Amino acid sequence: MALDRKIAYINLTTGEVEVKPIPLDVRRKFLGGRGLDAYLLLNHSEKGCDPLGPDNPLIVSGGILTATCASATARTHVMAKSPLTGLLGSCNMGGFFAPEMAWAGFHHLVIKGKAEKPSYIYIHDGEIEIRDAENVWGKTTTDTQWAIRDELNDQEVKSLVIGPAGENLVAFANVMTGIKNAGGRTGMGAVMGSKNLKAIACRGTMDIKIAHPIEALEYNKRFIDQITSAKVNKTQGTLGTPFIWGATNSWGGVRTRNFQYNQCEYADDIEPEAIDEICEDTMGPYHMSGCFGCQVHCRAQYRIPSGPLKGTYEEGPEYTSQGAFGGETDTPRAETVLVGNHLVDQYGMDNLETGSLISWAMELYEEGIISSKDTDGLDLRFGNDEAVLEMIERICFRKGKVADALANGGIPASKTFGKNAFDYLIQVKGMSNLHSDERATPALALNIATSSRGSDHLRSRPAIDLYHLPEKVLRKIYSSPIPYEGPLSSEHTAYIGKAWQVFWQENCYMGVDCLGICKYHTTFLGATLPNFEDWPKVLYYNTGLEFTPEELWDIAERCNMIERLFNLREGLTRDDLAKGDMINHRYFDEPCRRGAPDVVGLTIDRGKFTVMIDEFYEHKGLDKKGKPKAKTLKRLGLENEPSHML
Amino acid sequence: MENKNKVLMINPEKCTGCRLCELVCAVKHDGVSNPARSRIRVMKWEMDGVYIPMACQQCQDAPCMGVCPANAISRNDELNVMEIDYDKCIGCRSCVAVCPFGAMGFNSIDRKVFKCDLCDGDPQCVRFCEVEAIEYIDADDVAILKKQEAAAKLHATSHKVALKEA
Repeated sequence: MALDRKIAYINLTTGEVEVKPIPLDVRRKFLGGRGLDAYLLLNHSEKGCDPLGPDNPLIVSGGILTATCASATARTHVMAKSPLTGLLGSCNMGGFFAPEMAWAGFHHLVIKGKAEKPSYIYIHDGEIEIRDAENVWGKTTTDTQWAIRDELNDQEVKSLVIGPAGENLVAFANVMTGIKNAGGRTGMGAVMGSKNLKAIACRGTMDIKIAHPIEALEYNKRFIDQITSAKVNKTQGTLGTPFIWGATNSWGGVRTRNFQYNQCEYADDIEPEAIDEICEDTMGPYHMSGCFGCQVHCRAQYRIPSGPLKGTYEEGPEYTSQGAFGGETDTPRAETVLVGNHLVDQYGMDNLETGSLISWAMELYEEGIISSKDTDGLDLRFGNDEAVLEMIERICFRKGKVADALANGGIPASKTFGKNAFDYLIQVKGMSNLHSDERATPALALNIATSSRGSDHLRSRPAIDLYHLPEKVLRKIYSSPIPYEGPLSSEHTAYIGKAWQVFWQENCYMGVDCLGICKYHTTFLGATLPNFEDWPKVLYYNTGLEFTPEELWDIAERCNMIERLFNLREGLTRDDLAKGDMINHRYFDEPCRRGAPDVVGLTIDRGKFTVMIDEFYEHKGLDKKGKPKAKTLKRLGLENEPSHML
Repeated sequence: MENKNKVLMINPEKCTGCRLCELVCAVKHDGVSNPARSRIRVMKWEMDGVYIPMACQQCQDAPCMGVCPANAISRNDELNVMEIDYDKCIGCRSCVAVCPFGAMGFNSIDRKVFKCDLCDGDPQCVRFCEVEAIEYIDADDVAILKKQEAAAKLHATSHKVALKEA
C-alpha cells in the first residue's frame, strides 16, 4: 500500500535513524509530498535557524501517489529553510528518484545534523545506511551517480545528488537526479552540502499494493488519453518546454538585458527547431525522454554540436535555460545555451538563478557599479557569450570577487557591490525571477509577488490567462470545486478577477505537489487537463482513501497556509522588497519597450497591484498585513501549529 | 485465431525510457506497483540517451522449454506464447539461467519464476505505450516493417548525398 510507506528521521551528527509510520489522520490533513513536507518543516525547525546549520531539517519526499498506477507520479520534493532567501526553501523535480524511494519503503525523510565527513545515505528495502562519500566528493552530478552505482554494484540505484556547487555552498546550488532532473530552486543543494551530505541513493523492490488495480489501470488509461490528447502536451512531447519561447518572445514576454527589454531580438537560433537542426546528426529523429510513467516525455536529448565539449550528451535545454543563458544575457546563440545548460547540470546549480544573476551583474557592469577590476578583467558586457560561460564556472568555484559575491545570492551580493545595485536586482523574497517579463500580465505579476518560495512561476501562475479563453470557459475552470461568482476577465492585461485565478492555481499546484504528479498533468499549460474533480478517483483506486474534490481543495489551502506560517515566522512582511509580497520598482516605473502593440508602453499599475494583493489576501483569509485571521486558522484546523503530530 | 502469429515488436529508437510498461505489467498481473515483478524491463544507457525494453521473445526453439527438467514449459499455439505450468514447475530456475534475453524472472517474494504471457492477447505494455516503442503485430509484418525502416534510412542518406553533391 502507498499508505504503509514510512517516514525516516535521520541524524547525520549521531548516525541515528528512526522510522515511523505516517498516521492516517496526518494523511487526511496533509496528504503527502510538498504539503506534508511543509508541515514537517514548520514542526521540526526553530524560528531563525541557520539555513546552513545542522538544525535546519532537510526534508525529502514523494507524493501520496508516487509510483502508484496514476500517471506521471515521478516527482520528488525537497524542503528546508532556504540559504538563498532565509524563508521557505522548496524544490520539485522529475526523474526516477521518488518512485525508487517508495519501492524502498519510504515517502518522507527528515534529515538533521551534520556528518563528520562527506557521506551519503543508502536506502534499500526498508534499510537505511549512512556511508562514506570521500570518493565521490568533488565529482560532478552525473559522475557521482554512476560512481555510487559502481560502488554498490547495482546499476538500478537512483540517487539524488549535489555537485561541486552544493559542496561550495553556492546559495542556489540544486539537487539533481539523472542527467538533468533538477530540484533547482532555493538552494537545497547548499543545505545538503552544509550537512556533508553528497547524495541519497535508493534501491527498492518492495510491493506497493494498489487498492483497486483493475480500476486504477483503466482510469489511468483514460487519464493518459486525456493528457496526451491535449495539443500543448503533444507539442511538449516533440519540442520540450522551449516550444513556448517563440510565442512568448514575439508578444514581448521575455526579459532581456536583465530588465531593459521585454523581447530578445535575433533569437531564432535558440528555437527548439533550430537546436534540433544542428543536433540532428547525433540524436536522430526520436530525441525525447520521459520521467517515470509519463507519456508527455518533454525532456529533449542532445549532444553539444560544436566547440570544446562537442559530442557531449545532455538533456534539455528547458525554456528556463533559453532565457537564462540566451535572453537575459542577450546571448541568443544555440551553443551558449546548450553549453551553459550542460555546465549548470554538471555543477549542480540552478540555471534560472545563475543566468539571472549573471545578467544582473552585466547591467551593473554597464552602469559602472562593478568594474573590470572587480571581474579580474572579464568583459562582463551583455552579449558576451564567453563571459556567460566563464561566469558559470567562476560562480560554482567562487573564483574572484564578483562571482564569489553572486554565489551568496542576489541580496547579499547587492550589499557587497554597494551603491544602488539592489535597485537593479529582479527578485522577490531574495530569489530571482524567471526570464518571463510580467509587466503586461498583472495576474503573473501577482503570482511571482506572492509565491511562497520567492519569485516563481510554478507555485501559482495562471498560465492559461495568456490564452484569452472566453469568460464562460474561465468560469467553468475557476468555479470548481469551490463556487466563485466574482469577476473574471479574458484579457491578460486586465487586473479584474486575477487574484482569484492566482489563488485557485496556488491550490491546484499544491494539490498535484501533494499527490506527487507533474504539473503538465493538470491545469497549467493545458486548460482541459485534470484537476480537483478528477483526483478523488485516482486517489481512491490507488490508495482506497475517499476524498471529495472540496476536501482536496481544503487540504491544498491548508498546506499553502502552513507555508505562509513558516514564512511569517521567518520574517515575511507584506511590502518588504527583500522579504515580502512585493516586486521590483522597475515593474511599476519602466514601460515595456518591445513586443505586441497592446504590450508596448505597459507597466504594472501600483495602485491596482495593491488592490490585487488585498483581494488575494481576502481569498486566502489573511488580514491586510498578510497574516492569517484567527477564524481562517480555525477553519483550516491550524490554530495549534506547530502541533507535532509527526 | 487472430493472435496465432502475433509477436511483440520492440522499437528501442522510439522508447522514451518512462517505464510505464513496467508499472502496468506488474499492476495487471500482481495488483501491485513493483518493477521487480514486471515481465518487461527497460534497460538504459543514460549517458547515451538509449533505452531498450526487454521482454520474452516467445522463441520458436525456446531454450527455457528445452532446459526445463520438469516439462513445465510449453508452447500455447493459440496465442503463440510460451507458458509455465506452475503445478509442474519445481522452481529450479534453470530457465532463468538459460534465457538469452534475461526474460525469465524469479520472484523472490513468491519464490516463483515468471515471464511475459502477452496478457492473453491484449498486452498492457503495448496498450499504454503511446510512442509505440512496443507493438503487438503479425510476425510476418515485422520483417517488412523493418525493411521499410532500413530502406527509409538508406533513402535519407542517398538524399543527403545527392544534396551535398548538388
